[in-house]
Formats: sequence, C-alpha cells, structure tokens
Amino acid sequence: MTDTSLPAVGARPAANVRSRVPANPFAILRRALVYVLLSIAAFVSVFPFFWMIVGATNKSADIIRGKNSFGSELFNNAATFFTQVDALRVFWNSAFIAVVGTALTLLISSLAGYGFEMFRSKVRERIFALLLLFLSIPFAAMMVPLFVMFSQAKLVNTYTAVILPTVASIFIIFYFRQATKAFPSELRDAAKIDGLKEWQIFLFVYMPVMRSTYAAATIIIFMANWNNYLWPLIVLQTAENKTITLIVSALTSAYTPDYGMILFGTVLATLPTLVIFFLLQRRFVEGMLGAVK
Amino acid sequence: MAYARLDRREQLTGWAFIAPALVLLGLFMIYPIIWSLWMSFQVGKGMNLSFGGFANIERLTKDPVFLRALGNTFIFFIIQVPIMITLALLFAVALNDSTLRFRGLFRTAIFLPCVTSLIAYSTIFKSMFATDGVVNQALMALHIIGSPIGWFTDPFWAKVIVILAITWRWTGYNMIFYLAALQNVDRSIYEAARIDGVPAWARFTHITIPMLKPVILFTTVISTIGTLQLFDEVYNFTAGSGGPSDSTLTLSLYIYNLTFKFMPSFGYSATVSWVIVVLVGILSFLQFLVARDRRRT
Repeated sequence: MTDTSLPAVGARPAANVRSRVPANPFAILRRALVYVLLSIAAFVSVFPFFWMIVGATNKSADIIRGKNSFGSELFNNAATFFTQVDALRVFWNSAFIAVVGTALTLLISSLAGYGFEMFRSKVRERIFALLLLFLSIPFAAMMVPLFVMFSQAKLVNTYTAVILPTVASIFIIFYFRQATKAFPSELRDAAKIDGLKEWQIFLFVYMPVMRSTYAAATIIIFMANWNNYLWPLIVLQTAENKTITLIVSALTSAYTPDYGMILFGTVLATLPTLVIFFLLQRRFVEGMLGAVK
Repeated sequence: MAYARLDRREQLTGWAFIAPALVLLGLFMIYPIIWSLWMSFQVGKGMNLSFGGFANIERLTKDPVFLRALGNTFIFFIIQVPIMITLALLFAVALNDSTLRFRGLFRTAIFLPCVTSLIAYSTIFKSMFATDGVVNQALMALHIIGSPIGWFTDPFWAKVIVILAITWRWTGYNMIFYLAALQNVDRSIYEAARIDGVPAWARFTHITIPMLKPVILFTTVISTIGTLQLFDEVYNFTAGSGGPSDSTLTLSLYIYNLTFKFMPSFGYSATVSWVIVVLVGILSFLQFLVARDRRRT
C-alpha cells in the first residue's frame, strides 16, 4: 500500500509524530525499556554471526574454551577444510539445486497464482480451496512414498530428485495469488488493447510490476532450498552429489569435531543466503506487504 | 460469489496458467499422500507388504519410543510456538513506531537469524553451548550457575536448547509478517485511541491484536506445522540420535529412523507420519475456532 491510498488523516501525522517528544517521565522510561529490549534482541540475534566469523579464525580448542577474539588460524582452517571436503564440487551442488529450484518455483508458482486470481471460475476456486487444505500436510507424510517413487524411477542421487518435489509450492502459489490482488487490472486491460497476448502480459507487464513480490519470494524460496535438509539427506547418497549443508553437518558429528575448520565451512555455507538477503532486502518488506494485505 | 463471465478462450488460458503447478502437485504431493495413507494399513518389512488393517495403529499405542517422540514433539510445540509468536508480536509493535531510531538496523538484526544456513546455526549453537563453551563461562562469570551445565547431555537442558534454537531462528521471520500487516493498520485509529486516553497496553490488546488476527492465525498455523515436523535441528544437535536417552526424539526423526536407519518398515512409518497429519489438522482447527470466537465478542 502506498501512502496516497491512506486516508488523509492517517497519512499526514507522520510529520508531527516525529517531532513529539515523550513528555512525562513514565513515557521516557517506557521508551528506554523498548530500546534496551530491542538492543538485547539484536545482540542475541547477531552475536552468533560474530561468533561464527571469529571461530573461523581460531583453533578448535580455543573455540570450545569460548575465546571470542580474532585468531590467526583462518588459513589453517581453510586448508583443513579444503583437504577434507571437495568444496568446489559441494558448493556447486548446492548452488545448482538452489538456483534452478528457485527459478522454477518462482516461475511455476507465480504462473499459478496469476492464473487463480485473474481467471476465476467455480472449479478453479474449489481446487484452490483444496490446495489450501493440503498446505497443512507435513512433508513427513510424503517422504516415504516419494523416496519409493524416485528409486523406482532410478532418479535417486540426482539433482532432479532434490528439485522436482519442491518446485510447485502451495505456500508460494498462495503468496503470489494474494499479491496479485494488488496488481492494477487497468494495466492488463491496456496491454490487451495494445494487442498483447496473455503470456506476453505476464512476462512483460506483470513480472516487472511485481518485482518486489518476486524479490521477497526469491529470499524465502532460496533460503528454503539452500537449507533444505531432510529430503536431500534421504535422496542424495554419494559424497560428490551432496550439498554443502549436508557435508558440513556430517563434519560436526565427528567424535572430536574440529570447530575451527567447521566454522570456516559454515561461513561458506551461509554466505549465499546472506548475499541474496542483503541484495534484495530493500524490496523484501515491500514485497511482503503486498501479500499480507 | 459471482464470477466474471470468461469466454472459452479465457477459460483455457486460466487452466494453462495453473496446469504446470497442478501437474507437479498432483505427482509429487497428492499422489504420495494418498499412497502413504494406503501404506499405513500395510504391514511387513521392506517392500514385502501385506494388508494389515489397523495393526499399525495398534502397534502405535504399544510403542514406547513412539509415545516418547509424540510427547517430546508436543512439549516443543506447546512451549515454543507461544513464546515465539509473543516475542515476534512485541518486536513488531516496537519497530512499527515511526519515532523509534535505528528501526532499519533493529529490523535487519532481528531478521538475520532466519537467513542463516541451518548448518551454521546448529554448529554455532553446538559450540556455544559446549560444556566449557562461551555460554557456561558467561553464566559462571555472572555467578548465575556454580558449575557448568551439560546442555546436550542433560535431557531437560537438551530440550531447552532445541526450543531456544528454533525461537532464535524463526522469531524474526514471524515478526516480518506482523510488521507488514501493521503497515496496513490505519494510524488514525491509534491517534484517536491515544486522544481518548486509552493506555498503551489496552491499545495493544484491543486494537493491534484484533487487527492482526488473520496474520497471527496464519503464522500460528505455519509455526504449528513447522514445529510438529521438527527434524533438522534435533538431527543436527544430536548427530541423528534424538538423545540424550530419546529426550529430543521428534516424530519426524522417528519416521526417518524407522524408514532409513532400522530395518525399513514403510507401513508403520507411514502410520506415524499420519499421526502428524491428524495432529496438524486438529490443532489448526482449534486455532481457527479460537480466532473465530474472539471475533464474536
């Protein structure tokens, strides 16, 4: 929602709200309390990141002892990691699965969201309601048959097996349908008059207009794909096909885990999601906004 | 509800747009779900299955490990979801105040945990909560505890860590939903309430909560589903064991063990997975009821 669509009374006070200073001591106290609580929350949220980066530069023994200053072991940790793990290969596996999976999910789910919202009919409305019911069925209930299906199709241990079941996501279809409600129908009408076909409208009008929605969805889907654990754990069986998440996780269950090396791997495994988030974060809240309306 | 008249062409276009998703969902979701329902009535090892009627359900009631996993999952759900939803709401309301400084900074910081990789945060938690790790040291330095707590070796604290970890990771995620919804709440309502002298707490319970009810319901249902099928965290914290002594064993972890670790009994593990389906169904229904009741009053 943009500011202009707010009623005039609601849109304007922003200016004088900003200038108002809490007058009585009680209000000041409350304000201070809010800052303290938010600061604690922010500290608790960020400290583990700091800990991870510091840890990547320290020896395992120091990390366990709780040392939280930078050390000089970064290159040793990196060297250990690269000798124990075929990092390039494993990183590629994760990247391929996450990127292809995210692109396909965005395309297929947004097509469906657009289709359900723009072309309403009784039958499709019923199907949509049915899908929402299925939204609450946990993955655990499908896991065993899915595994049997993919082993019968001889697709176990392939990227395809990891990606395919995640591509059509009811949650993302729902999200796109909600967001499409805010898509101005005049744009579609104008494009139609200009002689654009429906798929052209989708590709050249809808997608660019809805870029915030796509950005927010990209963050959510990419995160989910990159961190997907249970299904890849089941379906990827040889070390050279596993994702970085699986590989680093296996390192931590060693009898005496080398935390310095592991935290270095962890930094590598976290970078892509962080980069995606910071690249798209400006559009993120905007995009979420369109969907929650 | 009336539908705009669509001509034949538009009808077809409509189907074309949703067809790829429907095909995929049918193949990789609806078909497996129906299959697993069928499986849950089968007994036997590996692929040698035969119809067993309600034998699996009977086995459930006599299986102490299942009952343990069910209890643990329920404890995680009952404690973790309310804590997380409350925290997320409080943060969202605090951050929605336009006079607050560093809003963007706080928002990003609190949201950050859910962008981390799963493996990052479970490793970090494992090393931070090691017996001689940084948390025990800090607590001992502050004289809160006398001797180090064995976070991962004590059945009680192992559960606490799991709850802490999921809360840490998902509070910011839920907060974003509330923040987005709060942007749509007309500010003039708050202004009017403030002028009428309605105290902050009453504004929160009588304006914010009712306004956000649909979003709260949505996030509660989503979190319920997430917590009931908890797997990643416990698997990573305990190297797949659900230990110490099954104190963090969840239903999903038990299904995984039944299917891929022990002698596979697909029928029985499908039955356990349907327990989750039924639980999610019941709990979501209850949550809808609660949300609806409040609307009437």
